Amino acid sequence: MSAAIEIDAVNKSFGNAKIIRDLNLRVEQGERHAIIGPNGAGKSTTFNLISGYITPTSGEVRLNGEVISGLSPFEINRRGLSRSFQVTNVFGRMSVWENVRCAVLWATGHRYAFWKNVDSLPEVRQRTAAILEDINLAARRDVPASLLTYAEQRALEIGITIAGGANVILLDEPTAGMSRAETERAVELIRRLSEGRTLVIVEHDMSVVFGLADRISVLVYGQIIASGTPEEIRGNPKVKEAYLGEEAH
Amino acid sequence: MSEPVTAPAPRTTRADALRFYGLWIAGAALLLVLPLVFSSGGSLTTFSLIGISIIFALSYNILLGQTGLLSFGHAVYYGIGGFLAIHGMNAIAGHEWPIPLPFVPLIGGMAGLIFAIILGWVSTERAGTVFAMISLGVGELVASSALILRSFFGGEAGVTTNRTDLPAFFGLTFGPQIQIYYLIAAWVLISTIAMYALTRTPLGRVCNAVRDNPERVQFIGYNPHVVRYIAFCFAGFFAGIAGALAAINFEIANSAYLGLVQSGVVLFATFIGGVAYFFGPILGAIFVTYLQLGLTDLTAVWQLYFGIIFIGMVMFAPGGLAGLIMMHRPLARGGTLHMLLPAYLIAAVPTLALAGGVILIIETVSRYVVHADASTMVNLFGIPFDTSQPVTWVIAVVLTVGGFFVARMTWRGIAAAWDRAATAARDKGHLA
Repeated sequence: MSAAIEIDAVNKSFGNAKIIRDLNLRVEQGERHAIIGPNGAGKSTTFNLISGYITPTSGEVRLNGEVISGLSPFEINRRGLSRSFQVTNVFGRMSVWENVRCAVLWATGHRYAFWKNVDSLPEVRQRTAAILEDINLAARRDVPASLLTYAEQRALEIGITIAGGANVILLDEPTAGMSRAETERAVELIRRLSEGRTLVIVEHDMSVVFGLADRISVLVYGQIIASGTPEEIRGNPKVKEAYLGEEAH
Repeated sequence: MSEPVTAPAPRTTRADALRFYGLWIAGAALLLVLPLVFSSGGSLTTFSLIGISIIFALSYNILLGQTGLLSFGHAVYYGIGGFLAIHGMNAIAGHEWPIPLPFVPLIGGMAGLIFAIILGWVSTERAGTVFAMISLGVGELVASSALILRSFFGGEAGVTTNRTDLPAFFGLTFGPQIQIYYLIAAWVLISTIAMYALTRTPLGRVCNAVRDNPERVQFIGYNPHVVRYIAFCFAGFFAGIAGALAAINFEIANSAYLGLVQSGVVLFATFIGGVAYFFGPILGAIFVTYLQLGLTDLTAVWQLYFGIIFIGMVMFAPGGLAGLIMMHRPLARGGTLHMLLPAYLIAAVPTLALAGGVILIIETVSRYVVHADASTMVNLFGIPFDTSQPVTWVIAVVLTVGGFFVARMTWRGIAAAWDRAATAARDKGHLA
């Protein structure tokens, strides 16, 4: 069985600046994989490359064995990969319910349908309601997304990301800016929602990373310098030097 | 002002359903009895124009309000619908085809749709400024071709038809205006229901998502370009229907149908009505049509008033008339609306004085600058003023300056009363 995500010798330059340099990464089916690294290492760029937001200068990205580099974000999404954003990226004027429901529509096959009443699609309604329960926003379903609290917006962001039922989920700093209590709840939520799926997460909070991830990759200056289990990464001298050492003081 | 939510939660209770269908039935009943209450020829013409304008403005709001596309060339599809309807009617009459007049708007709709299909893909590639610029370019292109391709568009004079040459429909010849009114009213009802239904489909909801955040839409499986394109085609279709109804009403189509002014008026009506609510453009169409008909009779500088009203709305009520009305809904539900009434009444007096002063100044200046030969008399709210008399100038300035300062104080009174009413409503559990 092929890996969920394979990044094969990918380079990405913006002008003269080489942001990603010969990046190789393999995420196995069903694993929870964290990408860590100092600021500016290219973590979000890596997500953008995988999700089709930007195209690699060279190299190849494969999703379940199929080459996806060069495809549009929506084409990649339709192949079963979904991502969240570091900066909350929801549909501000629409209610919480509408936000999640829109994210359910493509996957349930309703697509661009203009001959169906969106309120009378039982499958869509059930899935939307179930996701709102999952992300604990059922009580806030009629509130416009822009009026939610920050933590609620982050939860909605995750809800939209998983609503389409993608098998591979990329979460970009899902707990950034959250309090300790909110972070704990968010980790619990992510653990539950990523059950049976492949999860790739970019995260700065080491307690989140080491508590959640099956494997960790360390990205420094656009290159993976180490990949392994949390124990292996903790013991890796190169990582200590490049990243965890900095973090310690 | 609270952010409007475009999508209400799904209706579940029977009372809600009853209220919902009751609203549509009331609307249909209103269309039915209007000409019985106001039966003069002038009213019928006005109602007919309003009906056409309602369909056109609602079609424009598929772009602006639903999908977030600011078009400066929507009249292209209205005009094309109008021209094709004229040619269609002439062909039907000439060949004696058994197609009665009530179906002619479909010709216009199809024409608008086909042109939107052709021109839309390029137009909708991007939203925002790019879309606005392309719509402007396409609008000018088509409007100028209208003067060049004389055989189709008829040049300056336009093309004409005689609607009574078409086969009768259940004994209706569609000569009298009352029959045209009901024809338009029926199409208003059909189109409004269809466009409302469109907002409640998967496509309609995804249009809202594209409006709010086209980037994010790509990551839930949708191609925002396709969403915009389909919305554009629907807008073109309904604009074509409106154009065809105009052609039926006037029995003529000319290049003005497609022009920038027509595109501007529909933008104006839609925005003033309020883009965030489905019924907003309906209010806007009614308001602007009345304004157009009323002001052009009253003053030579009616466009100036149009501009002032538009600027005022953009600055002080960007939600439009519908936004102003819907602001009051939480208060009405909380039963605290009456707390605003005194403040509104107090503010009305100096605000009207201010408006009167401004009108007097504008009219005085226009008498001297624009129409020096016209009569110097101005009739303001039933009071005659002689613009050649210095006393009028003094009154105008006093009303404007005094009105402004007093009005500003009373506006603060409104804000305070609003706060009290909103707090009281919130205490009763109604979010304001």
